[in-house]
Amino acid sequence: MITKMNIANIYVIDQDSACDFYVNKLGFKLIDDIPMGPGTRWLTVSPPEQPDLQIVLFPITVGKMFPLETADTMIDLIKKGTFGCGVLQCNDIYATYEELKAKGVEFIKPPTKEFYATEALFKDDSGNYFSLQPKEDGNSEDSI
Amino acid sequence: MATAHYPKVYLYRRIVQAKLFIDNHYDEKIDLDNISDEAYFSKYHFIRLFKSIYGKTPHQYLRSCRIDKAQQLLQAGKPVTDTCFLVGFDSLTSFSGLFKKLVGISPSVYLAKHQQKKSKISKAPQAFVPGCYAYQNGWFENSNFEEARR
Repeated sequence: MITKMNIANIYVIDQDSACDFYVNKLGFKLIDDIPMGPGTRWLTVSPPEQPDLQIVLFPITVGKMFPLETADTMIDLIKKGTFGCGVLQCNDIYATYEELKAKGVEFIKPPTKEFYATEALFKDDSGNYFSLQPKEDGNSEDSI
Repeated sequence: MATAHYPKVYLYRRIVQAKLFIDNHYDEKIDLDNISDEAYFSKYHFIRLFKSIYGKTPHQYLRSCRIDKAQQLLQAGKPVTDTCFLVGFDSLTSFSGLFKKLVGISPSVYLAKHQQKKSKISKAPQAFVPGCYAYQNGWFENSNFEEARR
């Protein structure tokens, strides 16, 4: 019986830049940053309140996993904003939106009331996009 | 560029600016009265709004921010006393007490734990990576981990 997901990937173009984005802009916690040979690191972060989920900031580098042509295609698709990487939960969507915007995060969609939730969409530094939504009992209405 | 239209946007912006001020000045003596003044709120109104958004009073948030930063410094190998003053505490006793309360272990145990992990990583970095990733990336075949040992 499967019980949990504890490691997930986000493919990124530059690990240094991704680390700065996820830690200093999104507020994720850096879990591991382990050199694995020239030009490669095992780099994982966790959402602040979810320490048992490690997200691997996986670089697209030419090698065993990504032959040159595949790497080029992946980088192209990421930059184009093809990949949605999931839904991130916050306490207050308006405050989170204002904070991320103040930190220079690029939003594709501001907080908007949809039939399923109030949702905003933003891109990471590589081009991957995320949905931002308030937790069910969080502030999504005019809470202040 | 996406633009937001929602009620009381100006209030959100002021509270967020106050939060960012704490994030950027956590290591200084922060007077929360000044922050509420800068945000054009009365102190009590400011605290109420801040708590309704972040679930913590500004003072509680400042303390947790300092302890988060302290964890980062200790992970990087900074001594406990240096860490205490670098994150804005005046007293080692109050720093250690709060750290233990929020993290569950004392700063010195936290530091020792991370130093031990670092030492293990430098000897065998592959042991910290799930086998499937190491295999897919050819890291098992790569015995040259000199970079990691430095």
